[in-house]
Amino acid sequence: MAIEVRIPTILRTYTDGARAVEGSGDTLRAVLDDLETRHPGIHDRIVDGAALRRFVNVYLNDEDVRFLDGIDTAMTDGDVVTVLPAVAGG
Amino acid sequence: MIRQDLVDAMVAHARRDHPDEACGVIAGPEGSDRPERFIPMVNAARSPTFYEFDSMDLLRLYRDMDDRAEVPVVVYHSHTATEAYPSRTDVSYASEPDAHYVLVSTRVTGTDDGPYELRSYRIVDAVITEEQITIV
Repeated sequence: MAIEVRIPTILRTYTDGARAVEGSGDTLRAVLDDLETRHPGIHDRIVDGAALRRFVNVYLNDEDVRFLDGIDTAMTDGDVVTVLPAVAGG
Repeated sequence: MIRQDLVDAMVAHARRDHPDEACGVIAGPEGSDRPERFIPMVNAARSPTFYEFDSMDLLRLYRDMDDRAEVPVVVYHSHTATEAYPSRTDVSYASEPDAHYVLVSTRVTGTDDGPYELRSYRIVDAVITEEQITIV
């Protein structure tokens, strides 16, 4: 189960500068856990406790996973996950 | 260094959306540090004290920049009741260490023409560093 995960600039410190890395797992949660084994620290920048961080957007192909099943969203071989920090402020 | 027409575009956007905060990006070629393509964004929060790009707009924006080998050289937004200085919230959500964060304040003139307040900062690891703007 190969999932391509696109990494935003600010998290590339965890991926030796790579813009995309490969993960595996049948849910987003499993993919993020898998990434953590090779890129220690990246998981907690995306996940807070049991859920995705409010100001980090995660997309499965063309959809925001918040409108799917969040961190429990199912993954299929060949899916592309894109991580983008929210552009927000006060 | 930034072109006058891009400064004018940010100020005009801020005035148009006052009293809500306006926000957007000026993209430029990767590695150039040169803002070129003005992209006003919708403030999905529609708020006088908060801004956030809509999540689908954000995905389209970044895909589009990737396709063109661009990065967000400038990330701008307005403050409508306070000075053009990053708020605590701005600092905590700043996630583009290579971007120039430009703040426009419309607190004095609102939607009207007149003198504007526009300042630029780097925000890296929660540290704010103001930088001089050269308009060409």
